[in-house]
Amino acid sequence: MPSLDDLRKRITSVKSTQKITKAMKMVAAAKLRKAQENAEKGRPYSEKMNNIILNLSAGVSDPQSAPKLLVGSGKENVHLCVVLTSDRGLCGGFNSNIIKKAKNYFEKIQKEGKSLKIITVGSKGYDQLKRQYGNSIIENISFKESKNINYFDAAKVGNLIIEKFQNEEFDFCTIFFNKFKNVISQIPQAQQIIPLENENKDKDEKLESSYEFEPDEDEILSNLLPKNISTQIFKAMLENSASEQGSRMTAMDNATRNAGDLVDKLTIQYNRSRQAAITKELIEIISGAESL
Amino acid sequence: MDQFNLEIISPEKSFLTKSDTEEVVIPAVEGYMGILKDHIPLISFLKPGIIDVRSKNETLNYYVDDGIVEFKDNTLSILTSNIFDLKEMDKNKVDKIVKDAEEGLKKENIKDHERYILDQKIEVLNSIKSN
Repeated sequence: MPSLDDLRKRITSVKSTQKITKAMKMVAAAKLRKAQENAEKGRPYSEKMNNIILNLSAGVSDPQSAPKLLVGSGKENVHLCVVLTSDRGLCGGFNSNIIKKAKNYFEKIQKEGKSLKIITVGSKGYDQLKRQYGNSIIENISFKESKNINYFDAAKVGNLIIEKFQNEEFDFCTIFFNKFKNVISQIPQAQQIIPLENENKDKDEKLESSYEFEPDEDEILSNLLPKNISTQIFKAMLENSASEQGSRMTAMDNATRNAGDLVDKLTIQYNRSRQAAITKELIEIISGAESL
Repeated sequence: MDQFNLEIISPEKSFLTKSDTEEVVIPAVEGYMGILKDHIPLISFLKPGIIDVRSKNETLNYYVDDGIVEFKDNTLSILTSNIFDLKEMDKNKVDKIVKDAEEGLKKENIKDHERYILDQKIEVLNSIKSN
């Protein structure tokens, strides 16, 4: 049985923790709105880019001459995985969900006997992966310094990937991130960016390919594809940041509520033991008086 | 004059949307290109230059570094990561970009294509300054 003093101390400490989690929730909520706005604003660009590439690739007749970024290098030996996580913790299952998804994929690849290379973006992902997959991690990038997500950071990652592809260091590239669905649910995603996967393949839409190209198609494609990679990464980063704030908000909301429950429970326990002490004293006085 | 839609989109946001555009002149890789309503579907690239947007009441000018242009169904979409309103470009800003470009030119292993783009950039920016 803890003493009254201990209980009082415990209650104060839980209360101050609650204050912190509450503040973090508020901050996350404010940041979430901005991040969500950014993610929504960024969508038209990547959608448009995707559309143009689809229109273009529909016109490519000969896969032999098509750029390798579109059709792949023809081999399937080395897989590069880019795992995008946050730089900060205390955001619920946000990072773990991405890592879980990525680890499943890693295992599958290793079972198939293919080699694996990993680039981590964000320090949390690196921390969680370095023990098990430390040898496979070839690069660890973190944008702790940049306050907002900007396109140049994404382009840095994109250029790194393209450079490695051109040096034939890998054949497949997949990015892992959390897609922002709403505040409560974020869905970990694996998206293959090299070779480019056609998401609307099953739709079987007849695309108009009566475009005028200037310069010719091949040149446009080989110019556009590297940009598309950066754009996809940028999109992933935007989705990720909205998801991170949403996830943190929910986590901190839960923590605040749990702290409240704990304070209630402790207060009852405190009051009970205080009452018990008083009753005990009274009994002592009464029985002392009776014995006289 | 007949009007068509214009959207300029940057990765961060939708930069400009207009539905009363009459003519747009874009700096395509193979030369400046004027676009009017009912142009045939087109995909092209931009080189550093000035985008000139003309509508009935106003004329807007933007400087772009690069970008992709698509024209389809009377909608002109310009995707670009670097775009500035000419009115907001002061001398310092222009000087800074020119300086960066000149630094780039000094590198030894520069490709012909890059050199061409950078030359273009400097030329366009200098013409902005002199105006």
